[in-house]
Amino acid sequence: MSAKSLVEEMKRGLDAPICLTWELTYACNLQCVHCLSSSGQRDERELSTDEAKKILDDLRDLQVFYINIGGGEPMVRRDFFELLEYSVGNGIGVKFSTNGAFIDEEKAQRLAAMDYLDIQISLDGVDAATNDAVRGEGSHAMAIRAMDNLKAANFGQFKISVVVTRHNVSQLDEFKALADFYGAQLRITRLRPAGRGADTWHELHPTNAQQREIYDWLLKHGENVLTGDSFFHLNAFGEALPGLNMCGAGRVVCLIDPIGDVYACPFVIHDEFKAGNVRDEGGFAKVWKQSDLFLSLREPQSAGACASCGAFDACQGGCMAAKFFTGLPLDGPDPECVAGDADEALSVIARGSSPKPGMDHSKPITLTRKRLPVGA
Amino acid sequence: MTIALASVLEIHPQVAVRPEAFGALAYHYGNRRLIFLKHPDVVTVVQALHDHPDVQSTLSACGVTQDRWPSFIAALTSLETSEVVREREITG
Repeated sequence: MSAKSLVEEMKRGLDAPICLTWELTYACNLQCVHCLSSSGQRDERELSTDEAKKILDDLRDLQVFYINIGGGEPMVRRDFFELLEYSVGNGIGVKFSTNGAFIDEEKAQRLAAMDYLDIQISLDGVDAATNDAVRGEGSHAMAIRAMDNLKAANFGQFKISVVVTRHNVSQLDEFKALADFYGAQLRITRLRPAGRGADTWHELHPTNAQQREIYDWLLKHGENVLTGDSFFHLNAFGEALPGLNMCGAGRVVCLIDPIGDVYACPFVIHDEFKAGNVRDEGGFAKVWKQSDLFLSLREPQSAGACASCGAFDACQGGCMAAKFFTGLPLDGPDPECVAGDADEALSVIARGSSPKPGMDHSKPITLTRKRLPVGA
Repeated sequence: MTIALASVLEIHPQVAVRPEAFGALAYHYGNRRLIFLKHPDVVTVVQALHDHPDVQSTLSACGVTQDRWPSFIAALTSLETSEVVREREITG
């Protein structure tokens, strides 16, 4: 079977996701300006420890090999380690994303002693000024301290996870050098206009010239740099980047949010892309296998306005979430279409008129200002 | 390692195999790689390796006709390289 027909098979959906993201909590010590889930305050409907374990039981039965845990900041949950151990104990590997605030020496040693665990430390600038402008004051020092602790504890190869913005594209080589210094693996992902990112995307997303720079850089570094396959819209430049060239939403990917709602992917927390809730009868498995939304996403999708473009096979029309939250039609070009085919449509969409994220757990501004991160 | 009809193989103990419509997904918990088994018959053979003395007897038991053996040897060779299967240790 050729690679292409395998992708066609994947588009029809899998019996269980291969990339499941589970945001454990909307609570977060930071207030990043591009937060996909508009996190900050805990939601009182958050899943309990028992409910979370029930989900892990379901995922084990579905033979989900590993899960991506995020938030919010997942380590603020008091049962974080309990859930981690329960998951790994059930044969479900865990990769979790953290800002590193809670990885002190003791936690680093505890994490280093566990199997089947990957850690992604979020860092959006090699220097504090670039990083903290997006992730908040003190967050650069927080991440570096966590990485130092993981290194000292001999955790092994953790990941440094970078959201590429127009302010850090020029730092890609430095990020790679930093990862090499720590014996870590670099992961760079695309900035999405989701959550609070919907408000900041226009100012932060890479320019057209920078998109080319990212593409060339990724081609040069190949599979040594992880991307979560998030830059497939850049394939329209020419040679395909490594990875599955397709939108996996509802087909091989989905999101479980902190209150159990299941969305098509981590970038579309909005009612339009909500498939169900794990608390419903039948649990997660029924949502994955039978929800109307997921079944419709597994049908052949129309190329729409992109049908006449010679690059459609390469870029697949780009990212559904990026189109949705910038107010563009889903069957047209991606807002960052490298041919510029979305530029005109984007220019006539009034700022503020595109769909708003489904939920907002941001802290009130006054509270955020008062709670500046405590220094190292 | 060269895979032959006489090779004695098993699924790598750190690998989990999940059947799918197109064949199966295999996940290696050690190197974190996801591998696609792109034909249901390959999945059947891989899962049966442990129950038979060698590759040839496994293929026969799974009803794979002799003309297809070379392609299965090629598939198993590739799966050995990606550590989905490995040489079985003979005990006792």
